[in-house]
Amino acid sequence: MIANYGYEDGSGHYYIKIDTSKCAECTAKGCISACPEKLFATELDDFDDEVVLIKEDARNTLQTNCARCKANGEKEPCRQACESDAISFSW
Amino acid sequence: MAIEKVEYWRWTESNWKNPDIPDWHGSLITAGVDIGSTSTQAVILADGVPYAYSNMRTGSNSPDSAISAINWAMKDTGLTLEDITYTIGTGYGRVNVPFSNKTVTEITCHAKGANYIYGPTVRTILDMGGQDCKAIHCDEKGTVTSFMMNDKCAAGTGRGMEVIANLLAVSVEDIGELSFKVDEEPAPVSSTCVIFAKSEATKLMRSGWTKEKVLAAYCHAMALRVVRLLERNGMELDFAITGGIAKNVGVTRRIENIMGIKALTPTMDTQIAGALGAALIAKELVEKKRAKEG
Repeated sequence: MIANYGYEDGSGHYYIKIDTSKCAECTAKGCISACPEKLFATELDDFDDEVVLIKEDARNTLQTNCARCKANGEKEPCRQACESDAISFSW
Repeated sequence: MAIEKVEYWRWTESNWKNPDIPDWHGSLITAGVDIGSTSTQAVILADGVPYAYSNMRTGSNSPDSAISAINWAMKDTGLTLEDITYTIGTGYGRVNVPFSNKTVTEITCHAKGANYIYGPTVRTILDMGGQDCKAIHCDEKGTVTSFMMNDKCAAGTGRGMEVIANLLAVSVEDIGELSFKVDEEPAPVSSTCVIFAKSEATKLMRSGWTKEKVLAAYCHAMALRVVRLLERNGMELDFAITGGIAKNVGVTRRIENIMGIKALTPTMDTQIAGALGAALIAKELVEKKRAKEG
């Protein structure tokens, strides 16, 4: 499943896309420890696969939460750590 | 002199019992309870067929709302909670269904419910809820393949519509039809923020716009907002709309016009899609378990 967590407001659209079918097979789940803002968490999805998601209280503040990593101009730490290439950003 | 206070936002709560099933003599009763931010629904299935449902406003206490909704659904059926083999809680308040056996996200349940209501050809579902809207893609079995939601602001949601209903002193259920009583479609109001939209609507009324014209501008704005969400997640036909706003033709027809497509016509109350999906998943789980046990 492709899960898009985030929002659109007057300043733009801020979504983190996670391909949960890829991260269900990933045992490392490096994104969780790589994110300096601790935005990622795991949960058992509706089919009992352990998948990664963006924590509920962070979903409406991604522009601010991810600003530090985005400012570096490099590939974000979560994407660098993701072995399955399951994470992408809309901005 | 007492001033009568009218609650224009208040939509009609309802319950229904399947007239084709006067007395239940089947083998399996399952239920789904969808506690949304604004409304709560309970659906009861008898051997996978809708038997009864209720649709009411979520009160300040979610567990109480869940109990009220299931009791109202069971009212004329002769059933008690003990007769229900398996119950799934879903929606924003899904953890607050005291009698549920399991919780499932509303996204999964809406896709399953829409698959039942609209048939297996539906691929894109727009769920317009009380305080968020979701664009969901699913396969022919109603399994979610992708979703995108926006709950950043009440603009583009049922709550936003209730705010405008109260502001203009128009019943929320009449907004859709009234919004077409204009000579030409006005430019939309702000669709980013419901507070901005409200103050813009007030300004337009003061400048001489009719209620109908303001409603048209508001419905237009709401349609534009959700169309952006649909376009971002991708549109694949067939297309269906669920949730309370699906009953507002002022928004649904404008979505169709902007996108140049026609949404499927519902065969049941679109507001029960989540609870219906939950009850269907409950049935599948029980059957799987029974098959395993032989």
